[in-house]
Amino acid sequence: MSMRSTQTPESPVPSGGPPRMTARSMAIWGTVAVVGAVCWAVLALSRGEEVSALWILFAALASYAIAYRFYARFIAYRVLGVDDTRATPAERYDNGRDFDVTHRHVLFGHHFAAIAGAGPLVGPVLAAQMGYLPGTIWIIVGVILAGAVQDMVVLFFSMRRDGKSLGQMVREEIGVVGGIAALIAVFAIMIIILAVLALVVVNALAESPWGVFSIGLTIPIALFMGYYLRVLRPGRVSEVTAIGVGLLLLAIIGGGYVEQMGLEDALTLSKEQLTLGLVLYGFIASILPVWMLLTPRDYLSTFMKIGVIVLLAVGLVLAAPVLQQEAVTDFAREGTGPVFAGKLFPFVFITIACGALSGFHALISSGTTPKMVAKESQVRMIGYGGMLMESFVAISALIAASVIDPGLYFAMNSPAGATGGDPTTAAEFIAGLGFTITPDQLTAAAAAVEEQTLISRTGGAPTLAFGMSQVFTEAFGGGLAAFWYHFAIMFEALFILTAVDAGTRVGRFMLQDTIGNVWPKYADLSWKPASWSASAVVVGLWGYMLYVGVTDPLGGINQLFPLFGIANQLLAAIALTLCVTLLIKHGKVKWVWVPGVGLAWDLITTMTASYQKVFSDNPAIGYFTQRERYSDALDAGEVLAPATSTDQMEQVVFNSTLNGTLQALFALLVIVVVANAFLIWVKAVRAGGLPTTEVPWQESHLVAPSDFVATPAEKEAVREWEAAGHGAGYGGR
Amino acid sequence: MNGITRIARTLHWYVRQFTGEAKWDEYVAECAAFGERPMTRREFEHRRDHQREHSPGARCC
Repeated sequence: MSMRSTQTPESPVPSGGPPRMTARSMAIWGTVAVVGAVCWAVLALSRGEEVSALWILFAALASYAIAYRFYARFIAYRVLGVDDTRATPAERYDNGRDFDVTHRHVLFGHHFAAIAGAGPLVGPVLAAQMGYLPGTIWIIVGVILAGAVQDMVVLFFSMRRDGKSLGQMVREEIGVVGGIAALIAVFAIMIIILAVLALVVVNALAESPWGVFSIGLTIPIALFMGYYLRVLRPGRVSEVTAIGVGLLLLAIIGGGYVEQMGLEDALTLSKEQLTLGLVLYGFIASILPVWMLLTPRDYLSTFMKIGVIVLLAVGLVLAAPVLQQEAVTDFAREGTGPVFAGKLFPFVFITIACGALSGFHALISSGTTPKMVAKESQVRMIGYGGMLMESFVAISALIAASVIDPGLYFAMNSPAGATGGDPTTAAEFIAGLGFTITPDQLTAAAAAVEEQTLISRTGGAPTLAFGMSQVFTEAFGGGLAAFWYHFAIMFEALFILTAVDAGTRVGRFMLQDTIGNVWPKYADLSWKPASWSASAVVVGLWGYMLYVGVTDPLGGINQLFPLFGIANQLLAAIALTLCVTLLIKHGKVKWVWVPGVGLAWDLITTMTASYQKVFSDNPAIGYFTQRERYSDALDAGEVLAPATSTDQMEQVVFNSTLNGTLQALFALLVIVVVANAFLIWVKAVRAGGLPTTEVPWQESHLVAPSDFVATPAEKEAVREWEAAGHGAGYGGR
Repeated sequence: MNGITRIARTLHWYVRQFTGEAKWDEYVAECAAFGERPMTRREFEHRRDHQREHSPGARCC
């Protein structure tokens, strides 16, 4: 039985819906285009006047809608040639486990929950130091032309290869050298990502007894949920998640009473103590059975994530806040910003990774999601649509950071070495930057959210939490600023912890798998010595980088975040290189510009950024110049601010050497992959295409709609198909 | 079926699908179709835990 009568294997370019636009849909899309154009025009022309944040929100939504309707559809049907007569791996292997035909709306939810984490929330907050406009433009244009394209194209190619992973595809389609380089890059990049995410949590919880109380309680709550699901009432996930969310809210409210409970001193932890705690937690969590901690906390964080995103969108519309940040600050042109060093180009493009373009998504778009897609044409809504949704989260975060008073924003995000950590010195420092905030205002802002201080609370999470608290208070009223602040901190920390736990496991599996090639026993996932030692290695690596960041006299976020952003974007370069390679091998040279535009821009920005981070003679940017400056001073017996002792001087020398070396290594690995791919491109172009590992066509017997909303024809086809007794166990709707 | 009931039903369906609770319903229905006796819910969920143990779902940044 064929999916739709018009599609046969002989005509593999199906129309995918009505072939012509009706007058009505032309009118609708014309309106959307006008709304988008007006919003963009307002953003482009407003300078020095009050600009409502809603212009950004609606510019984004209109742009996404048009890109999804026209560009994503063009990529799906013309470039990739999605073919709904072809059975997906989920249909062919359907084993109810990893290969599992999943309803498109459900898979969209799963895919979105897997790709969206703290990344799209943190990057835009830091990039706000350059003003709201550069970040807005990059998030929206980047996602449309690069990020969403990468996610969808990787998803498609992996689906056509039975859900092979990115590393496997690079090895088989590009070459062994590229494959090995990609494998090392993926592993190293994951370590950096975990370290930086953990650093965000440490910075958000340090000296915050309320935060430590609430986040600490998530562990017993998750353990209780795990016990409930395993022993008390197996499988009742919604029920236990509702209980868990209730307990979580109580934990946040309870945090407001730590002082009365006499726990304030015991829960006021330093960054070093939190680092130790997080490393121990990461190790134990990754060797416990998943049902105890990981699975239940994943339910919690997923529901919190979706709930908070909806709440934030509603809050922004209700509050309609005015942007306080400048459109483009002087830091964008001069590169002297305190949050991170470097000019708009290339550093905005690597600071905002998730939300515009995120290489890490390629690991989820290959491997897990492609094994669950019901129909080929659904890669558009899941891959492209899922990434647009993440981009929307990034835009919301950018707005939340831009509605805060700029003086407070810079006081929160400048390293402690610069602000001195005290309201008076911080206010002086801010005045030196060209913004005004009084010491009293700084103290009052901290008191409003019941924190001891907000000065130098770097890492993005506290800033976002403060912005969200401001938006929610404005939108919903009622003097709950402190509750909202800690609610937002909890929500970020919760899914960072889930990411840390899950990421450690993924790293452990990769390590066991790699070592298993030479020592097969080591790859046995149930052999405790292997899994424990592999976990210890992974935790040790990210824990070490975390410690380096936490103790860095120059400020960990300031030093490590560029490394994180560049690493993530370099992974994207590998993924996009694979996409270009496959299009050429499939004889579609004329379409290589589709992933090629994103790849070219990504290579230009990441290679420029890498070059500057390694070779720049500005010590604020170039790691090795920084090293030289501090080691020369050490030799001369001097101590350079912000270091305060010889030990700290030595630490700066060591850290900049480490960071610079890693930076150079990542860039080299990517160059190896691209160079390897280039050889294949030349060969494939000359031959007019090359054989690939795509699995042969097999007829699909499933009937399912393509897009978010089913067309009347699709509904009719599904109804007929179900009437014929099909679709049991598929929950077709 | 009025609008609110329909929305509530769709939401309930979605949540059960999303959390994987619907897997049990599908399994029971399948057993009934083949005239087999299903395993207990506890046993069924233990098997799913075991599968999860061996296939890490990556969570992105």
